[in-house]
Amino acid sequence: MASVTLKDVRKSYGDVSVIHDVDLTINDGEFVVFVGPSGCGKSTLLRMIAGLEDITGGDIGIGDVRVNEVAPSKRGVAMVFQTYALYPHMTVYNNMAFGLKQAKLPAGEIDSRVRAAAEVLHITEYLSRTPKALSGGQRQRVAIGRAIVREPEVFLFDEPLSNLDAALRVNTRLEIARLHQRLGTTMIYVTHDQVEAMTLADKIVVLRDGRIEQVGSPIELYDNPRNTFVAQFIGSPKMNFLDHSDLSSANAKALKIDPKAGIFGIRPEHLKPTTAAKALISAPLELVENLGEYALVHMVTESGREMIAKMDKPPKAAAGDMIHLTADAGSIHCFDADTGLRI
Amino acid sequence: MSAIGQRTKFSTVFLPILAWLVALVFFFPIFWMVLTSFKTDADAVKPEFLFMFTPTLENYTNMTENYDYWRFAVNSVITTVFATAFTLFVGVPSAYAMAFNPGRHTKDILMWMLSTKMLPAAAVLYPMTFLTKNFLNLFDTHFLIILVLSLINLPIVIWMLFTYFKEIPKEIIEAGKMDGVSVWGEIKDIVLPLAWGGLASTALLCFIFCWNEAYWTVRLTTTDAATLSKLIEGNRAPEGLFFGRLSAVSTAAVGPIVVLGWFCQKQLVRGLTFGAVK
Ligand SMILES: Nc1ncnc2c1ncn2[C@@H]1O[C@H](COP(=O)(O)OP(=O)(O)O)[C@@H](O)[C@H]1O
Ligand SMILES: [Mg+2]
Repeated sequence: MASVTLKDVRKSYGDVSVIHDVDLTINDGEFVVFVGPSGCGKSTLLRMIAGLEDITGGDIGIGDVRVNEVAPSKRGVAMVFQTYALYPHMTVYNNMAFGLKQAKLPAGEIDSRVRAAAEVLHITEYLSRTPKALSGGQRQRVAIGRAIVREPEVFLFDEPLSNLDAALRVNTRLEIARLHQRLGTTMIYVTHDQVEAMTLADKIVVLRDGRIEQVGSPIELYDNPRNTFVAQFIGSPKMNFLDHSDLSSANAKALKIDPKAGIFGIRPEHLKPTTAAKALISAPLELVENLGEYALVHMVTESGREMIAKMDKPPKAAAGDMIHLTADAGSIHCFDADTGLRI
Repeated sequence: MSAIGQRTKFSTVFLPILAWLVALVFFFPIFWMVLTSFKTDADAVKPEFLFMFTPTLENYTNMTENYDYWRFAVNSVITTVFATAFTLFVGVPSAYAMAFNPGRHTKDILMWMLSTKMLPAAAVLYPMTFLTKNFLNLFDTHFLIILVLSLINLPIVIWMLFTYFKEIPKEIIEAGKMDGVSVWGEIKDIVLPLAWGGLASTALLCFIFCWNEAYWTVRLTTTDAATLSKLIEGNRAPEGLFFGRLSAVSTAAVGPIVVLGWFCQKQLVRGLTFGAVK
């Protein structure tokens, strides 16, 4: 097991810079998730740790070793690719054994490792099949198995669930969580899905345009997003952003909302129905999505901003009727209008 | 509705007829050649004997007894096999390097290699003959023919292998790197097994091109390294038009390659379309 440290890590393709001075420490045994919109550099960063991409500047360390020039297979890392990248012409068994054979492990050791991993992943009966004869979920397990047998210090996952259907995704997510619990190995996991990030991570790293926006535990990011980008990226449905004109000034004053802030963020689940007199926000109802367990109430404010409130029961109102809402002072996030930074 | 109906008729009736006609046009000369090879030289030039004649093996026995067919055939096999092997031996690593570790100038190199095919062979005929004869002492040697056949085919072979290698997903190669495979192991255990069909098509085409090559094999040999192309060429003119004999020689020369091509049609189509047909 090992920690991973990134120091001033940069990456550019020709003149185009895609990773800018990333500093990050990943502790031994931690489950870290890189999350961010598509194209923000998550895969690039992961591939630099794996050794599949050259490092333009800065240092990457695994354990106590600087690995900038170390070959991928010598870094003690194993990677699960988004496309699984199994060897199509080899059986499941040989797919898992291939790396161990390269490392010249004794045949008995290889066999016991492959069989143990297959047992854990419930793929023992497929060992003699080729990947072609497997379903997507089974291929995914083989890909994970191929990583496990190498007994790496660090696991790297690049969007491992994105090619699975919704039900399987939830299952596999759980299994990866169990795997981490059982092995206790450092894991770095890349995804664009904030739900995966929230459910799996000890620590989330939010990336945008090759820069780290915020690092923290899921709950820290949820409770204290550093800026509007993180605020709207973490949590679903997204945080509502409002400005002064959307708020009743008297009630805003009563809640002691910072008057310097230009943007107010309130999560849909923190909005509560109230009376017209006590309302912080009043907006006409647009439509209601009733999911049984809860209802998503869509409104458009006077300034034209769309907003959503998550309620236990759908309101007894028709489209166009005014909905009156308020929130606790503690759940109202204030941001600077120009910089988007939290105040 | 009617448009669809017309198209269906067009594709089910007209296209097959057209295809058969084209096939017939292409096939007829070969058919005629094979037929003629079983006629005496006298019968061969008489139009009324086109289909009706008394078949004879005279041309074939004559060819093997008096014209040393087997020596030419052996030379053809030797030069073709070694040239194909050498071309692949150089081509596979080159294509591998360009497909999986491209540099800034890889595209330019590929284009440059193709551009060498645009040089008219006749333009270098004199220097080639002069140099190999007077300086290198390689004229009429197997070595020279193997070298020339290899160099002629190398660009197309590298291009073909390059396109086949490019079809292999990059992640599979990267998975190999994560697994710690060596460069040679990567070629042997991952790239070649995955590009096996492409490799076979390429080898086959290279083989056929080498076998059929006539421009250089005719001009750079006299006897020792002379191939079947040279045998045909040698039977062409000097004693007038001996169609029966010429046809027999030609049939015996193209026979092996036609049979090979017949058995490997699928690979050939895939090869010639650079893998576009699957
Ligand atoms: N080989 C490459 N050449 C040039 N630009 C690249 C290359 N690979 C990735 N990029 C660019 O780097 C950025 C980050 O890509 P990537 O790490 O794949 O994003 P993510 O995984 O977050 O979706 C993107 O803008 C992408 O266009
Ligand atoms: Mg990616």
